[in-house]
Amino acid sequence: MDFSYDDEQNALRQAVSGLLGRAYDGEKRRAVVAADPGFDEKTWAGLAEMGLLGLPFAEERGGAGAGQVEVAIVAEEIGRVLAPEPYVQAVVLTGGLIDAVATDAQCDELVAGLAEGSLVPAFAHAEPGTRWSTAAAGVRAVEEGGTWRLTGVKEPVPNGARADVLVVSAIDEAAGGATRLFVVRADAEGLTRVGYRTHDGTRAAKVELAGTPAEPLGEGADDRTAAIERAQALARIAYAHESIGAMATALTTTTEYLRTRKQFGVTLNKFQALTFRAADMYVSLELARSTALWASLVAGAGGDVVTAADRARLQTSRAGRHIGKDAIQLHGGIGVTAEYTVGHYTSRLTAIDHVLGDGDWALDRLAATVGDHETVDPLGAPYT
Amino acid sequence: MRLQLSPEDEAFRQEMRTFFTTKVPQATRDAVAARRDVGREQYVETQRILNAAGLAVPHWPVEWGGRDWTPLQRHIWREEMQLACVPEPLAFNTSMIGPVIAAFGDDAQKQRFLPATANLDIWWCQGFSEPDAGSDLASLRTTAVREGDEYVVNGQKTWTTLGQYADWIFCLVRTDPTAEKKQRGISMLVFPMDTPGVTLRPIELIDGGFEVNEVFFEDVRVPAEYLIGEENRGWDYAKFLLGNERAGIARVGATKRLLADAKQLATEVRADGRPLSEDPRMAARIAELENELLALELTALRVVAHSTDGKPHPASSVLKLRGSELQQAATELIVDIAGPLSLASFAGEDSQVPEWARAATPEYLNYRKVTIYGGSNEVQRTIIAGTILGL
Ligand SMILES: Cc1cc2nc3c(=O)[nH]c(=O)nc-3n(C[C@H](O)[C@H](O)[C@H](O)COP(=O)(O)OP(=O)(O)OC[C@H]3O[C@@H](n4cnc5c(N)ncnc54)[C@H](O)[C@@H]3O)c2cc1C
Repeated sequence: MDFSYDDEQNALRQAVSGLLGRAYDGEKRRAVVAADPGFDEKTWAGLAEMGLLGLPFAEERGGAGAGQVEVAIVAEEIGRVLAPEPYVQAVVLTGGLIDAVATDAQCDELVAGLAEGSLVPAFAHAEPGTRWSTAAAGVRAVEEGGTWRLTGVKEPVPNGARADVLVVSAIDEAAGGATRLFVVRADAEGLTRVGYRTHDGTRAAKVELAGTPAEPLGEGADDRTAAIERAQALARIAYAHESIGAMATALTTTTEYLRTRKQFGVTLNKFQALTFRAADMYVSLELARSTALWASLVAGAGGDVVTAADRARLQTSRAGRHIGKDAIQLHGGIGVTAEYTVGHYTSRLTAIDHVLGDGDWALDRLAATVGDHETVDPLGAPYT
Repeated sequence: MRLQLSPEDEAFRQEMRTFFTTKVPQATRDAVAARRDVGREQYVETQRILNAAGLAVPHWPVEWGGRDWTPLQRHIWREEMQLACVPEPLAFNTSMIGPVIAAFGDDAQKQRFLPATANLDIWWCQGFSEPDAGSDLASLRTTAVREGDEYVVNGQKTWTTLGQYADWIFCLVRTDPTAEKKQRGISMLVFPMDTPGVTLRPIELIDGGFEVNEVFFEDVRVPAEYLIGEENRGWDYAKFLLGNERAGIARVGATKRLLADAKQLATEVRADGRPLSEDPRMAARIAELENELLALELTALRVVAHSTDGKPHPASSVLKLRGSELQQAATELIVDIAGPLSLASFAGEDSQVPEWARAATPEYLNYRKVTIYGGSNEVQRTIIAGTILGL
């Protein structure tokens, strides 16, 4: 057991933070998120050049064959500066799903294209009638004369308008209502995408499919909910790290403000009522960080990644709300403005909190299994 | 002690409810119910309807449109208005500058301003806070120097809510920089927003909305007749004003509406094949909020029933503190009911995500303000600890 980063991992962190720090210092993020596609294509290319977009994938697929801890490092640095690049969505969630399910030929195109930065994929899964589910509900897949066609609406789809390729989940009635996965091309007939900005500055879309031709992802007519569950779990862990990065900056921004803002003739850090709140934020942050790190290690060790991800989700959800709210409160009025950074951190933390299940949702799942174990052993079964 | 309203108060409540739900345009009430922005026109129209019926400024002196109601009646009036989704009379006019002018203004000022203020013919904004004078309001630095029969104003205000709609501003300005206590060198001036030298810069808030502004003053010449009350007594008037601002600050009726909406929405959203409202943890969370709100409402009632002698009940300071927290908790609840749908926040009308779910997170983020303005909750705790508990 070892929770420390090795030299290579530290070098990776430095390289990522160098790239993102330059891209997003000062007012640059506001300018980038103001225009479509809501992120900076050049920075995306820069991430590709550094090999980060292929980080978790095998080398023979065009990836870097790195582990979960490396992915976590990138996600944390993304969060630290609120880089709007859809790293977790495109690489960890959608890329992870493709990598797990697709045929070799599909991977040769999609994973390789993702890794080199030429192809941004998005996972079109959520529907207005579903709630953090592994299954599709209203979108149907039907085969006619050798062509699969999809019909229905996916919304909200993160980065759904910018994506070059959509991985779409759909119900196949012919396969007993199984949830299957399909690849839909950006130029497919009967595909309508309406993109919009979301409160955290990123983008989502309504994706309408009207008999849209699609190619099954992977072989066979298997139900893919288990693969979706696993990809979502890995994405939850990556998001946990992205939120750790965001919380860390929200906290340092706050402590810096308390040290410099003066009221009643003194800096605010003279008021213990405020410094104690900052101390509590630190407590929340470090507990969440430990849980997120642990979940990454569980994933790397081949343990029960779904449960570990739920635990990380719960802890970071609670911490994110606590830190996000208090970071604004301790700033006073400036905290609720779009012209100052800290509110954007709260906004982003709130978005992350609702993408793949909120804290209460994770709590429900954990509550259902308390009878399965006498104690929770982080270093034992089922986690290692 | 007695639990029931008296027959008169019950009749009064019914009268208010009927008025608010039948005389204020449905479209305006729908906008409030859907938590859409209410435009300037709708505010003005509503306040004029209320004013014509004597319901805009019931707490003012009778000769200026007040109604001589009991504190309980005022409470009922306010709560019924919020429950009916009626945009409330503009606080800057009716709770802030109106009562100050009525109490401290001269006759000419009363004649000139009070009827127009009650009728929202003048839209007022509040120029108190400055970049370096927030919680520590008394350290404000905007100066007003007397030159003949004018004051020349220089400086900056900030956080000026709806300054973009305002016709006039009421300002705290420093008239005696040499005063030993900084509270003693402050005066209250009012002037039109289109006076030469006044400029406004909108501030974008975290929900993407524009409701506050910076206001800059460069050699703004204000006739001395626009001084309210006496020179260097502005701090007393500000304290008087802020005391009135806290009336109704619990916003129990508005939070009740939010919770009622949340309950309805939770029946419409499905989770794992059943309505979210049937999820025991969601139901428990709603029940707990309802109980917290009940405790707050009862405290508000206890306070108003007690304050017939005009002195504020000490427990009134919990109203702002807890009332603001419950407003925030209710908006957070609605975000969580929306769940993944909350990510479609700025989707257009053709979205399949319902409007309420799109509005949820921007509103939640916007409501972070309610524990900051009107005396932050840290300031409220300081008051409870110091003034009430003697610590
Ligand atoms: C949306 C919005 C609308 C507003 N509208 C208006 C308006 O129309 N007109 C107007 O004049 N003003 C308005 N305000 C200003 C508002 O009154 C101030 O924001 C408020 O007084 C806090 O001041 P500040 O923002 O400078 O924060 P600061 O006073 O700098 O406070 C920062 C933090 O320190 C805490 N703090 C400060 N002093 C102490 C202390 N002694 N002990 C413990 N904690 C302390 C605060 O509680 C806060 O958490 C508005 C503000 C907002 C956010």
